[in-house]
Amino acid sequence: MRAGKSFLILVPYLWLLALFLVPFGIVFKISLSDTALAIPPYMPTLDFSAGWAGLRDFLSELDFENYVFLTQDDLYFKAYMSSLGIAIVSTLLTLLVGYPIAYGMANASERYRPMLMMLVILPFWTSFLIRVYAWMGILSNEGFLNQFLLWTGIISDPLVIMNTNKAVYIGIVYTYLPFMVLPIYATLEKLDGSLLEAAEDLGCGRIEAFWRVTVPLSRPGALAGSFLVFIPALGEFVIPSLLGGSSTLMIGKVLWEEFFSNRDWPVASAVAVVLLLILIIPIILFQRNQQAAQEADK
Amino acid sequence: MSEFEAHAPVEAPPSEDTAPIGPPAFAPWNDPDEKPLIQFRNVTKRFGDFTAIDDLTIDIYAKEFFALLGPSGCGKTTLMRMLAGFETPTEGDILLDGKNIVPVPPNKRPVNMMFQSYALFPHLTVAQNIAFGLERSKAPKEQVAARVDEMLKLVQLQKFGGRKPHQISGGQRQRVALARSLAKAPKLLLLDEPLGALDKKLRGETQFELMEIQEKTGTTFVIVTHDQEEAMTVASRIAVMDHGRMVQVDTPDRIYELPNSVYVADFIGDVNLIKGKAASHHKDGKVEIHWAEGAPPIVGTPMAPVADGTQCSFGIRPEKVHITKKLPEGKANIVRGKIVDIAYLGNISTYHVKLPTGEIIKAQTSNNRRIERRRFTWDDEVWLWWSETAGVVLTG
Repeated sequence: MRAGKSFLILVPYLWLLALFLVPFGIVFKISLSDTALAIPPYMPTLDFSAGWAGLRDFLSELDFENYVFLTQDDLYFKAYMSSLGIAIVSTLLTLLVGYPIAYGMANASERYRPMLMMLVILPFWTSFLIRVYAWMGILSNEGFLNQFLLWTGIISDPLVIMNTNKAVYIGIVYTYLPFMVLPIYATLEKLDGSLLEAAEDLGCGRIEAFWRVTVPLSRPGALAGSFLVFIPALGEFVIPSLLGGSSTLMIGKVLWEEFFSNRDWPVASAVAVVLLLILIIPIILFQRNQQAAQEADK
Repeated sequence: MSEFEAHAPVEAPPSEDTAPIGPPAFAPWNDPDEKPLIQFRNVTKRFGDFTAIDDLTIDIYAKEFFALLGPSGCGKTTLMRMLAGFETPTEGDILLDGKNIVPVPPNKRPVNMMFQSYALFPHLTVAQNIAFGLERSKAPKEQVAARVDEMLKLVQLQKFGGRKPHQISGGQRQRVALARSLAKAPKLLLLDEPLGALDKKLRGETQFELMEIQEKTGTTFVIVTHDQEEAMTVASRIAVMDHGRMVQVDTPDRIYELPNSVYVADFIGDVNLIKGKAASHHKDGKVEIHWAEGAPPIVGTPMAPVADGTQCSFGIRPEKVHITKKLPEGKANIVRGKIVDIAYLGNISTYHVKLPTGEIIKAQTSNNRRIERRRFTWDDEVWLWWSETAGVVLTG
């Protein structure tokens, strides 16, 4: 019995070890290396044939040079900060757009709910990349949006959205909206309608009842959704590189350029490790929120 | 056996001006000068094709403990929700203190409700739950705190003010819900199946607590329940409802002893119903009911004069049917039968007696003595009898 239990626990740990800890170890090791014109493009590499002496040589050549470099060039600091800013703003925007959608879904008649749920999930059926490309077609200066607005006469000059941060926000809000809507919907759907009636009965108007009862009770869902948007948005690469312009500075983009354009794997790895360290904070907060929500359900 | 005679029903058929059975300690509904607190005037509520409340008119007086009783779907909850303001009548007016409250939204009514699910706010503590309504009315802080303390004391939960609803027991949650709904000192408190979620023993205790609190606060209570025992225990008056109409509105004892219809007699407590035809009126208003070929007619007292030949039912409570082994002498209604079933309930025993005509009559005896030798057993031939005033003649 006990052996069986240990085995069950072992499986996820092995999974984590093989697919997270080992790759992370490799990345961390590369971040401590120096760049080199070779394949792979860094040194030193571990030579097993040299035995213990080889391992000692290998370890002696590792250093934190790349991390020091990250602090010297303010590009990286700016990129981290700007990513944080964009991630925070787009998370708030997603919350602003997602909450009313979730609220509407939860208050829709039971017949329509599965269909509405389907509509939220439906975009996942298409490749994420294609959908982002589609936004390029909508947002560009000659895109559908500008054509439509020019045709209606609301504007006389096309709006410049493409290749700015606005396009990045739109892209992130659009892409991650389901991750915001679904957890909020889950908490709102569970909400006992008699609580709102009780609030009204005790003297609240409809709007006050919403703020005093619905909002606090859907907070776990809103928090979960916000983390689910914030965490991937912070390291987002595809959306800023396709929709953002040259002025859009995001750490994911920097990372990609270091890796593929500069072929500086050690610096790219250092950037990745720091990004992960930054993300640990919201991930821990997210876990806590989930635990608290689970306990409250009991 | 003689104690059954002691609470035999009144002799004469009751009318509006006769006093209710027992001393009328509190009966504003009999006082023509008394102004009702709540008036339903020809109220109808329809949901699509379904008529939940059908042209209903009723007065409820201040300080009453008024019970709405009926099976699910009879409209009692709709009636209560109209009082709270969550439903608007399709037709008719609802007056509170003489003012029409139909257009007043729930948050502006001096009416509070205790919900069946209690509807306690899970994110607030017990004290914050109780304070919720007070804070909405913009009362000063110290006043709110004092009132919350007072309410916690009233429901004996002083030590639990800081707990969240999920940290207290079901019975305690019920008290919090009551305290919260009473905190604003409403003119009218609505209780929607308030004890439905409690186990039987706790429910019994809480019924008496409810009555005590109602007396202490002097608040008018309207309670919705499907539990007739609960209604009988707590209410000053009971309204028995069926299909959106009030079938009978009366004090618990009159509802029990003088039901105005087969529906009420059958809904409240246990009853033997014998169908027959009325005939040969006696001078004193009593009537003979011919219920079976060859059997002597039953003599009973009708609620209102019954014409000869009317189809009617004779209703009699099992505890008013006497059961003996020997032929009782000088009694009016005597039938003979065989015991087919015995239900021993501890305090009472119920005998199911089958008559030669096929009817089964239930008779109850109280078990006054401990470990009494059973006087009757299965298949015993027994006599049943009851006095002429013990049962009611029902035409509805």
